[in-house]
Amino acid sequence: MSAPAKGRSLWDDAWDSLRRNRAAMTAITIMAIVVALVLFAPLLSPYSIDSTDWDRISIGPSASTSHWFGTDDVGRDLFVRTLYGGRISLLVGLAATLVSLVIGITWGATAGYAGGKVDQFMMRIVDVLYAMPFMFFVILLMVFFGRNIFLIFIAVGAINWLDMARIVRGQTLSLKKKEFIEAARAGGVSSFNIVRRHIVPNLLGVVIVYVTLTIPQVILVESFLSFLGLGVQEPMTSWGALVNDGAQAMETAPWALIFPATFLAVTLFCFNFIGDGLRDALDPRDRREG
Amino acid sequence: MLAFAFRRLLSAIPTLLVLLALSFALIRVAPGGPFDAEKQIPPEIQERLNEVYHLDEPLYQQFGRYLVGLAQGDFGPSFQYKDYTVTELIAAGFPVSLKLGGLAMLLALFVGVSIGTLAALKQNSRTDHAVMGVAMTGISIPNFVLAPLLVLVFAVTLRWLPAGGLGDWRNLVLPVISLALPQIAYIARLTRGSMIEVLRSDFIRTARAQGLPTLEIILGHALKPALVPIVSYLGPATAGIITGSVVIEQIFGVPGLGRYFVQGALNRDYTLVMGIVVFYGVLIIAFNFFVDLAYRWLDPRVKL
Repeated sequence: MSAPAKGRSLWDDAWDSLRRNRAAMTAITIMAIVVALVLFAPLLSPYSIDSTDWDRISIGPSASTSHWFGTDDVGRDLFVRTLYGGRISLLVGLAATLVSLVIGITWGATAGYAGGKVDQFMMRIVDVLYAMPFMFFVILLMVFFGRNIFLIFIAVGAINWLDMARIVRGQTLSLKKKEFIEAARAGGVSSFNIVRRHIVPNLLGVVIVYVTLTIPQVILVESFLSFLGLGVQEPMTSWGALVNDGAQAMETAPWALIFPATFLAVTLFCFNFIGDGLRDALDPRDRREG
Repeated sequence: MLAFAFRRLLSAIPTLLVLLALSFALIRVAPGGPFDAEKQIPPEIQERLNEVYHLDEPLYQQFGRYLVGLAQGDFGPSFQYKDYTVTELIAAGFPVSLKLGGLAMLLALFVGVSIGTLAALKQNSRTDHAVMGVAMTGISIPNFVLAPLLVLVFAVTLRWLPAGGLGDWRNLVLPVISLALPQIAYIARLTRGSMIEVLRSDFIRTARAQGLPTLEIILGHALKPALVPIVSYLGPATAGIITGSVVIEQIFGVPGLGRYFVQGALNRDYTLVMGIVVFYGVLIIAFNFFVDLAYRWLDPRVKL
């Protein structure tokens, strides 16, 4: 007796395709290492985020003093600061992406499913907002209302939902015509439940791809704000803030620039590669694009 | 075409109004006004000040006044730079930013389209992988990380180029490259994708079959249709370069609008900051309008 043939779901196919993508798998591995370092490595260092080592100010990387990445101009350990900064950068990336995800899916699925005038009106709003110089507005919000990390989540999330809404709407429009939606409607399921139970779960593939591509964008925006001195405030730090500090001291202490800059770039690099790999695996339409 | 341009122009009006309303609202909700001095002002003087600056009128009248002022090119006085109006400051800063951003855009288009086409012609070759690898790096390294690194290498260590300021062309090299690189990366990826698609189409195969040289096929036939997605990317690219110029001008000490914006924001120079936001917002809206016209010219099938 042979076992019954197992069906292959979209997810099985996607997983196989992803596993064969060497660039994406390497990126996933490196990203896992970075996340592990950011979460656990500060525990290995004898220094804390704001403790100052007055005898060793602005020294280069040295293993003998456990300042593996050197110290900054007030003697704080850069290894610990870089990794704590990473926590903030990744946290902002995830939280703000979540904000944009919730707004974008709700908006896009509603517009796509409702169709007609409602759709036109809702997407017109997206078009109008698209043309706004949002980065400038975010900078102003930060200046006016203080440099609050929750404000960063909301502000950044509020910018990035526009792309998500457009993609989700497009998908919803094509899903709406499928037979299973028709069947659900014929069976008397309410519009709200059709969107919630049938449309949104089927959007998952596309959404996952864009989440992976939104996270690095959000990290970038946070770093940009922190670089201008408008992001997270001392004694906490983020990669953008560290790059800013490092850039000011680079003639005498290049390591203060190089370590956080490398972590930031590697993380963005990995997310972009993972996103590209996932797109190839989950979104067959875009397969030909770079 | 004219009817299309007119319709498109009409649809820009709500966008413009939202931009102005948002910027007006932002000034209004900003905590602290220009007359919040340390010392207490007698109520009569406070009243008189409010009257002179029309702060006692209802909001919609103030908004109307603000719109009328803007229409006449009047952004109001700067709070920080005494004796200057915001219009004068923008007139001083914009040419500098325009030079920087314009050069960056030209560089990005030229290099991006060239290497993207090269990668498409040699799809899946080493050249292709190398170009796409560089493009991915350009997308992943933010320009505020790249700029200090470039300064570290070319100005501090090698001493080939100045680290900042404004003088001859050598001062422009590093800021323009830092500003252009992320855009080069995006444009190269877009060009590669669309060029591969165009090169597969029947009319290119016909041209090949007739024995036209590759260069002529690319320049004479493939380039125009392949440029369609790049033209539609010009809007976001301009916005990206304008946003990028905020940090790049800061890093290289270039006295452009981006630098005024950051200084103004930190000094709470509300009128200057809002003036720059409105100015750039209008610029982007206008630019998108022309991009749409160009888009329509490149691809007559497009309906907007």
